[in-house]
Amino acid sequence: MSATATSANYSQPDSDNFLINSKGFLSWALTLDHKRIGLMYLIGVMSAFFVAGILALVIRAELMTPGKMFLTNQQYNQVFTLHGAIMVFLFIIPSVPAALGNFLVPIMLGAKDVAFPRLNLGSFYLWVTGAIFFLSAMLWTGLDTGWTFYTPYSTTTSGPVVAATMGVFILGFSSIFTGLNFIVTINTMRPPGMSWFKMPLFLWATYATSIIQVLATPVLGITVLLLAAERVLKIGIFDPQFNGDPVTYQHFFWFYSHPAVYIMILPGMGIISELMSVHSHKSIFGYRFIAYSSIAIALFGFLVWGHHMFTSGMANVTTIIFSALTFTVSIPSAIKVFNWLATMYKGTVQLNTPMCYSLSFIFLFTIGGLTGLWLGALSTDRPLHDTYFVVAHFHYVMVGGTLVGFLGGVFHWWPKMTGKMFSEFWGKISCLLIFIGFNATFLPQFVLGSRGMPRRYARYVEEFQELHQWSTYGAFLLGFGLFVALGVVIHSLMRGRKAPPNPWGGATLEWQCTSPPPYYNFLNPPAVNDPYDYLPLEYRDEERGWEYVRPEAPSVPTSEPEPAKS
Amino acid sequence: MSLQAIPMILADKNATFWFPPKASTFAEETDAFFMYIFWISVVFFVLIVAAMCWFCIQYRRRPGYKGDSRALHNNALEITWTVIPTLIVIWIFARGVYGYMDMMTPPPDTIDINVTARKWDWTFQYPNGAIHPELHIPVDRAIRLRMRSEDVLHAFYVPAFRAKSDVVPGRVTVMWFQPILEGSYDLFCAEYCGDQHSEMIKRQGVVVHDQAGYEAWLAEAAKPPTHPVAHGYWLYGRLGCKSCHSVEVDKKIVGPSFAKTYGESFKNTKGETLQFDEEYVRRSVLYPQEQMREGYQNASQMPSFQGKLKENEIIALTAFLQAMKDDAFLEAVQDGDLSQDEAQALGYADEEEAAEEDASEEGTGDTTAGDATTGDEAAADTSGDAGDNN
Repeated sequence: MSATATSANYSQPDSDNFLINSKGFLSWALTLDHKRIGLMYLIGVMSAFFVAGILALVIRAELMTPGKMFLTNQQYNQVFTLHGAIMVFLFIIPSVPAALGNFLVPIMLGAKDVAFPRLNLGSFYLWVTGAIFFLSAMLWTGLDTGWTFYTPYSTTTSGPVVAATMGVFILGFSSIFTGLNFIVTINTMRPPGMSWFKMPLFLWATYATSIIQVLATPVLGITVLLLAAERVLKIGIFDPQFNGDPVTYQHFFWFYSHPAVYIMILPGMGIISELMSVHSHKSIFGYRFIAYSSIAIALFGFLVWGHHMFTSGMANVTTIIFSALTFTVSIPSAIKVFNWLATMYKGTVQLNTPMCYSLSFIFLFTIGGLTGLWLGALSTDRPLHDTYFVVAHFHYVMVGGTLVGFLGGVFHWWPKMTGKMFSEFWGKISCLLIFIGFNATFLPQFVLGSRGMPRRYARYVEEFQELHQWSTYGAFLLGFGLFVALGVVIHSLMRGRKAPPNPWGGATLEWQCTSPPPYYNFLNPPAVNDPYDYLPLEYRDEERGWEYVRPEAPSVPTSEPEPAKS
Repeated sequence: MSLQAIPMILADKNATFWFPPKASTFAEETDAFFMYIFWISVVFFVLIVAAMCWFCIQYRRRPGYKGDSRALHNNALEITWTVIPTLIVIWIFARGVYGYMDMMTPPPDTIDINVTARKWDWTFQYPNGAIHPELHIPVDRAIRLRMRSEDVLHAFYVPAFRAKSDVVPGRVTVMWFQPILEGSYDLFCAEYCGDQHSEMIKRQGVVVHDQAGYEAWLAEAAKPPTHPVAHGYWLYGRLGCKSCHSVEVDKKIVGPSFAKTYGESFKNTKGETLQFDEEYVRRSVLYPQEQMREGYQNASQMPSFQGKLKENEIIALTAFLQAMKDDAFLEAVQDGDLSQDEAQALGYADEEEAAEEDASEEGTGDTTAGDATTGDEAAADTSGDAGDNN
């Protein structure tokens, strides 16, 4: 009935494998290969995450008791500033787009590389420069402004604000160039037959993210330049001492930083769209709705920055308008969640490690999204603003959403990136530990917030201690889970079994080349088909994974045409 | 204080799992609305997670089962799960605006209190001119706060009132609330403001009295002691000095400690040796950036008190600093309080003042005894309380 068609792309020699086709430090440091750049980003962002994660545990340990454990107030302020700034600027923003995006975008398009490979390498080095600049500035004398750099505190404190903002400025360019590269790549390098609505949804999410990166990041650049000018030259726009207005700074800052929230979450949603479909072996439900909702989120995301400032003394009308606009963003997010669920309906669900992370994402992101309702509504936001409720809310979105999505993506594409399989059992254990640890950390914080515990407090009043302790125990469990995940991937690198080209049964193009791909990605241009059509795929065994089984084309019509009636 | 403890117990009794006590008119609406959103969210969340689990089990990959990959889109379903959440969030938005407008619209008849926020303390100025580090207000009256900041952003947050507003330097921010429950509540600074941000709190520092208690407290709070040392200490507690200058030997909060510093010589930032004397105190209060002590370079945060302090008040502060050389006085104020007895023992109490206070205490007792419905105990207690603060 059928004949096996092993893709011609599987037949290239193993020595073409991008990891080993050229050797030496310079072959990596000066590489133009998007896959190597992606891997270098992956190592970079994971290192940043490691540092900021340790700082998070330091914060949680300090908060075990209402009084002083081991940090002075000033040290505590520096630690939470470092934690926030590193997580946001060095980890979450570049995590999915720069690391996974670099690796996947060209392969998903069946292309050899991104449109501007040299610019891509340039972005990476800008990121490294920015990161070194930023970290050394913050560690040198200790930055204590919070990652938000609110004026006039940031214009009067003795910390290294100018150097740190220059680091942010450089990192911003890295982000802009990456976004630009992806926009051009996706616009011009789609293979024949891949129309916009035949693209994998990860590319839609990346495209929407890139639009935000290109449009919003320049505003961050302007903001930090103005902040530096205010601090050095006293130009008088943000500091009331020189006739400035601190609220103006907040408008500037959140005009970038709210869309940046969608730079952080949209790629995570893109990953989940892929994972839900592949591991349910069913075409994504409501493809167009998911694709359009990405674009809708990107556009609406530009109009809601004022909700960070509901208590800062904006005019009533402005506040009410921002509240209304904020609720519009919730709808496309809800649509995505419902469509992901419907994707599982009547599918063939397999609870692989990436799928476990994916389900964990839906659980946690839903909590993150729903708790946004309290903060978008003006009267309930009043007491909750700047409390632990907000802290818990955005960690549910940023960690429960982006980080868990990112880990799911790393596990999903790990065999493709390294050519090695990992231990399914320990992968699932890591997912479970992270899930439990995360909830234990942040669920108590919602209650802390509604009871009135303000954020960024080194000391607190005794009645909050019990909930803080729960949160701290949870954080250490979460940290332990992350170490288990790290152990799983390290074990895979050392001992992992060789990965088949298509271990999960994915239908997007990256599964049509070997694992790991050769440096030229595809020997022959791959045939473009529906990215979510799993019918012709069949599972062979552990070694061969999933392979295409194409029905033989009928050579003759099977039925005689009906004779014309007389 | 034993009588201070009573409102605290009350406060605990009125707290619930989710919320601090409902101590203002905003609490009822905000809490009810909070719980409505909670239940809406629970319904959605349970549906989503239940569907997720059900699909995982029902459609799991297993031998002999083949999924049906034709269920790919359904416009009716898409419209349903777009329209229903849209209607719900419109309701949430509208109800939020309704509550918000109430919080933004003070009634015409309010008691206006000026609030000054600075690193890292609050000062309240009352309609009769009294200045005090705590907020004392009568129950069931609308309170309007006019808030200013002397340095950076702060936020006034009393969880029990469900009231919060940023205090923005360069602007006057107005907020209002109406307390409905007597007791004392915590005040927090909710906007990050530097080193001692988490110390910028008033533990049980928002005190809601009944009307008579409030009036008695207010009358007492406006009267400074006349003895210069006691007066200086009184100012020290009210003008925000104590948030940066300790009264313990060598304890550095931000600025130099006040204990045993008067009459000493020290080096300034330029390396010159200076004497801590009357003239230095006066210059430091009026032009704080002029001569800074070595090791306190970043104490440049000290605001100038030019125009805020009268000469006799500077004299009082000088007398207070001078008294800080005395071990007995240091010990007396170590607990953050100079009681009447302590002042008397040290000879810093003002005789007429003390006598007058006794009389007024009796007087208050008499009037409230006549009025059977107002709690005379609370009134007597608070006037005694204010006396203690002196």
